Amino acid sequence: MAVPILKQGKYLIASIQSALTDSDMVSLREDLMEQVGRYRSRGIIIDVTALDVMDSFASRSLRNIAYMTKLRGAETVLVGIQAEVAYAMVQLGTNLEEVNTALDLEEGLAFLDQLT
Amino acid sequence: MLVDGSPPSGESSEEIVGIASDADVVTARHTGRRVAESVGFTGSDLTMISTAISELARNIIRYAVTGEVVVSPISEGSRVGVMVVARDNGPGIPDLDLAMRDGFTTGTGMGLGLPGARRLMDEFAIASQVGEGTTVVVKKWTRGL
Ligand SMILES: Nc1ncnc2c1ncn2[C@@H]1O[C@H](COP(=O)(O)OP(=O)(O)O)[C@@H](O)[C@H]1O
Ligand SMILES: [Mg+2]
Repeated sequence: MAVPILKQGKYLIASIQSALTDSDMVSLREDLMEQVGRYRSRGIIIDVTALDVMDSFASRSLRNIAYMTKLRGAETVLVGIQAEVAYAMVQLGTNLEEVNTALDLEEGLAFLDQLT
Repeated sequence: MLVDGSPPSGESSEEIVGIASDADVVTARHTGRRVAESVGFTGSDLTMISTAISELARNIIRYAVTGEVVVSPISEGSRVGVMVVARDNGPGIPDLDLAMRDGFTTGTGMGLGLPGARRLMDEFAIASQVGEGTTVVVKKWTRGL
């Protein structure tokens, strides 16, 4: 299922609605890269509240999205990582340290407002 | 907890998910979560079990193309848990010690699937034969009653 991306001023907000397949994740990257260019967005929020699992593929994809869009001038914030998901990510050993995170959408927007 | 007092073991309650596309990876982890819930797992245990299944199922797609994931409730004495078997008839793994190392990948992954699945679960076993295939068996037990 495709991830809806909402344009809100100079930001893009991608809200993951359900479990994502790997190809959904690849489409999300392509869509965000395209829209960052088209709208000259300065910030991106990816809401992962609905993600049941953040496995190594999802982690790597989100890290790559954050880096690729940064090269295009946009700062990415990941919001809504659930406590259980965070716990499993630590056991798995994935590292998202270089990716900005915030507790929820509101905090994510506040973070971007400070930066941009 | 167990529904209608039926024993957690037995062929009838095992669930088999054929793995042939990335949508099947999602189905496998949802199936795993459902079986684990029926056994009595909650919270982060459910997420850890689904995450391990996701890694093992993706390895099947990536390296063996097709295979299957079997999730079953298990019991041993008074303890209950869940067992996940991920098997394929793919190319096999020539060096298991190397494959189990954090960060080792022959593809473009993070190299965390196998070692991560071992950390996420309580028990981990892997058998692989080059040219024959790979079978990974993982188990997790509930933390008592
Ligand atoms: N089912 C499998 N069949 C063949 N090779 C496998 C299988 N699962 C894992 N491997 C091998 O083990 C390596 C490590 O796997 P893993 O820890 O999941 O990391 P990654 O998938 O990121 O490479 C893989 O790169 C691959 O070479
Ligand atoms: Mg893997």
